[in-house]
Amino acid sequence: MTKSPGPVWVIAEQTDRRLLTVSLQVLGRARRLADQLGTHVGAILLGDKVEDAARQLVAAGADQVYLGDAPHLAIYQSKAYTGIVVELAREHQPDILLLGSTAMGRELAPLVAARLETGLTAHCIDLLLDENGILEQQVPAYGGLISIICPERRPQMATVAKGVFPNPELDESRAGEIVRLDVPENLLWPVRTLEIVREEPKGVPLETAQIVVVGGAGAGDAAGWQRIVELAHVLYAGLGSTRPVVDEGWTGLETMIGQSGKMVSPTLYIGVGLSGEQQHMVGITGAQVMVAINNDENAPVFEQVDFGIVDDCREFVPALIERIREIQST
Amino acid sequence: MLNVIVCVKAVPDPKEADRIRIDPITKTLTRGNVPLVLNPLDRNAIEAALQLKEQYGAQVAVISMGPPQAAKIVKECLALGADRGLLLSDRAFGGADAYATAYTLAKGIEKIGLPDVVFCGMASSDGSTEWVGPMLATFLGMTIVTLVTEIVESSGRQWQVKASVENGYRLVQVDLPAVLTVTRELNVPRALSFSGIVKARKKEILEWGIKKLELQEESVGLKGSPTIVSKMMTRERKRQVEFITGTREEKVERLIQELVDAGAL
Repeated sequence: MTKSPGPVWVIAEQTDRRLLTVSLQVLGRARRLADQLGTHVGAILLGDKVEDAARQLVAAGADQVYLGDAPHLAIYQSKAYTGIVVELAREHQPDILLLGSTAMGRELAPLVAARLETGLTAHCIDLLLDENGILEQQVPAYGGLISIICPERRPQMATVAKGVFPNPELDESRAGEIVRLDVPENLLWPVRTLEIVREEPKGVPLETAQIVVVGGAGAGDAAGWQRIVELAHVLYAGLGSTRPVVDEGWTGLETMIGQSGKMVSPTLYIGVGLSGEQQHMVGITGAQVMVAINNDENAPVFEQVDFGIVDDCREFVPALIERIREIQST
Repeated sequence: MLNVIVCVKAVPDPKEADRIRIDPITKTLTRGNVPLVLNPLDRNAIEAALQLKEQYGAQVAVISMGPPQAAKIVKECLALGADRGLLLSDRAFGGADAYATAYTLAKGIEKIGLPDVVFCGMASSDGSTEWVGPMLATFLGMTIVTLVTEIVESSGRQWQVKASVENGYRLVQVDLPAVLTVTRELNVPRALSFSGIVKARKKEILEWGIKKLELQEESVGLKGSPTIVSKMMTRERKRQVEFITGTREEKVERLIQELVDAGAL
């Protein structure tokens, strides 16, 4: 390469002034990519009184943090956030621009990409550089993996879910520049977030559960799904689902595990009535022991677990629940 | 009366989509002849439009970009209650990524007239990118709210909606015209009715290609797509499965043992 590429950038995200884990994880990978390319790491952080979080981005590897700090930026506002990011990107010409696959990231990323007339890859499970320094954005598809590249336009943009990359080490003594942005105050946005309401999550939180029970379309119907819910309940396990189950309406999006849902690393994973689609399986690669129950012995899931049980889950699960209850009552 | 457009996509039937696989040797796709169906989340988008029509009166147009066979799903939307259908179909549109898809849809929408509201499913079951709605909004110069779970207020030109965020929702005020991408929490999509199917026979489906839209080949399809697939790989197997066999009781007992070992019991 003749000239060094533009910087690698991350749009960081905070809630209640605390950086999201996924932002730090993405920043960690940005650092590695930038070191390989011989360029800088920049982070954009927008919020209200978030200077501490900006310093944390420096500790995690940012060379420059572009800080938009104002009361009207406290929570995500699509017009203001998009405008600030687009203007900064036009000025500094980043080579790569990364975001977490959060609700905010999934709206902000395509708005920025469309304004910058560039490509965007969704929910990557790895980001590597090819021999020409082009970003290889890997996503699961069709029972395998595909690499997506954005060969001509810049920046190369991608979103990454929480848990794909490890937490970077924080070095409080690391030097970096915090650039305070002069942010325009225009409160007449045609779309504005009035408030964000957090609700208590139901059941055992998936991200920290020791055991995760995941049900798939093989549950058959809503009643069959209830038996999987019950299995998770008796095991004090986190309850997960695959996309077909969410599409059927048996459970909400918050339970979905995989590329466009949550990534989990339990001690034990029990997959019930699911085929083993890559979009789901990439969400549980960190599990220690994996068990699958499916009535089709040729289901791809059996190529990806430690223990396989070929049985009709609609009959097997009630038998299992009954036995667990017996053991628990003695 | 509101003008409403619903963007829909014909996708490989999600129930059979796992037949589309990467061939381990040739590293190309084996398509397995999976039938095309209406993308599941687009049913929620149609339903949102139809509820609006019933409540306040609205003209509902359905637009799709896809192969000629996608006319079938546009027809289905007409049978559900949409008033007119538009299929953007041309060889030149093939191989489009989310960017080129959104661009082409935007040009189609501009040509039939800018609406007050556009509904899209939050993602398609095949691409799963969630990008088309926001990119479409940008190209149309409209505002956007993604992941809408509830329409709280829709009587005037200033709406209030709830949109999904991690462990909760955000309450958003949005002025029309706007694009909303919807989740399946938003509503329960209606089923096809016989009378709907009969009525749909008289409804028109326009089919437009690149010439009608007055677009350049470089800005649509594969050529107009900033992103391309550079490699296909099959995943290596990291675990070796041991099948637990025997009677159901024996299988249950063996699994119980694994649960005990994992500290679950």
